[in-house]
Amino acid sequence: MGPIGENEFFFLMQGLKWTVLLAIVGFIGGGIFGILIALLRTSKTKVARRITAGYIGVFQGTPLLMQLFVVYYGVALLGIEVNAWIAVAIAFTLHASAFLGEIWRGSIEAVPKGQTEAANALGLHYVSRMKDVILPQALKISMPATIGFLVQLIKGTSLAAIVGFIELTRAGQIISNQTYRPLLVFGIVGAIYFIICWPLSHAGSGLEKRMAKAVR
Amino acid sequence: MTYGFDFGAVLDRAPELLWGSLGTLGLALAGMLLALVIGIVGVVARTSKSEITRTPVIVFVEVVRNTPFLVQIFFIYFALPLMGIRLNPTVTAIMALGINGGAYAIEIIRGGVESVSRGQIEAGFALGLHKADVFRLIVLKPALRAIYPSLTSQFIMLTLTTSVCTSIAAYELTSAAQRIESDTFRSFEVYFTVTAIYLVISTLMMGLFALISRHYFNYPTR
Repeated sequence: MGPIGENEFFFLMQGLKWTVLLAIVGFIGGGIFGILIALLRTSKTKVARRITAGYIGVFQGTPLLMQLFVVYYGVALLGIEVNAWIAVAIAFTLHASAFLGEIWRGSIEAVPKGQTEAANALGLHYVSRMKDVILPQALKISMPATIGFLVQLIKGTSLAAIVGFIELTRAGQIISNQTYRPLLVFGIVGAIYFIICWPLSHAGSGLEKRMAKAVR
Repeated sequence: MTYGFDFGAVLDRAPELLWGSLGTLGLALAGMLLALVIGIVGVVARTSKSEITRTPVIVFVEVVRNTPFLVQIFFIYFALPLMGIRLNPTVTAIMALGINGGAYAIEIIRGGVESVSRGQIEAGFALGLHKADVFRLIVLKPALRAIYPSLTSQFIMLTLTTSVCTSIAAYELTSAAQRIESDTFRSFEVYFTVTAIYLVISTLMMGLFALISRHYFNYPTR
């Protein structure tokens, strides 16, 4: 058994950096495409609604690990020379866009219909109606679920380890193989995830309770 | 683009994919049952008056829900042998799935139990029912109906999570896919096909759960 010293801890922190970066890129990229998905999903065009419903269904009905594999090898087939980091980031962006799109669709539909009618009565066109009236309210409604998904996404980045990408979990695996102290290493790795995810989960459920009270 | 797709190499291994799919379904089913047991026991402990039983359940739920399943399965995989327990990877995977799903089940079931109003329980006791009967008849059944949608979608998520069990070489669809990939080098075709199989499995489960709901919870509430 080897000791867990400064070097090992530094290596884990290097992994953590990639975990955080992956989660941020996936969340921002997924957020941008997610709004688009949510808008198309709630649009008046039937074809757009159908296509986005299918897109969401596929990502919610298949394992994240398979999505990673398919995108990882699919991007390589396109003949573009991309490194593992970009392939994995694309996969998480697509995954997040489907889930956030579905969450935000629900929130847009939860905004009272009167708001849309009032905006129409005021003569607001689609962009202004969405940007100034509906989306700000929908965003507020969606906050607990959005934060909940962020926690899912942070945990989900651990699957990049199976594709071979060195983030926190993969770094833990490597250290564990070197030091033969799997319980200590995965205990530390789990604790790091917990320290990141728990405050977010807590904030999300706190917000949910406050909003439930406000409705009552 | 000069790549020639070859799904034939994957379809030649159809029997393995079929067995893998059955492995996935088996893992999912066993994991669900264990999760349900942990969920029910956990809720009884979580809603008891004693702090000694409540606190460990709260800690368990928070720890499991805020750490990745992959880290949990590695931890369990390495922890069991140190405790002198030797299990094959598939049984270990079922334990990990049950523990993970159990934490979510506790929260879902607790929400359902708390949705049953106090007056109903008091009415049950006033009618002379035993504590166990009150729980079974007045708390559990209406609560089951209330939690059914979130519990079943959690089960579908658990089924999709089984793919992560390939990391400890449990017998299921993803590990079958990885074997076929390393033999044929048709990575994209293999994973594309297997993703489609997962989609079929989760779609069928959704349909089945909807059917059950229509049959068993089809009574008026007020």
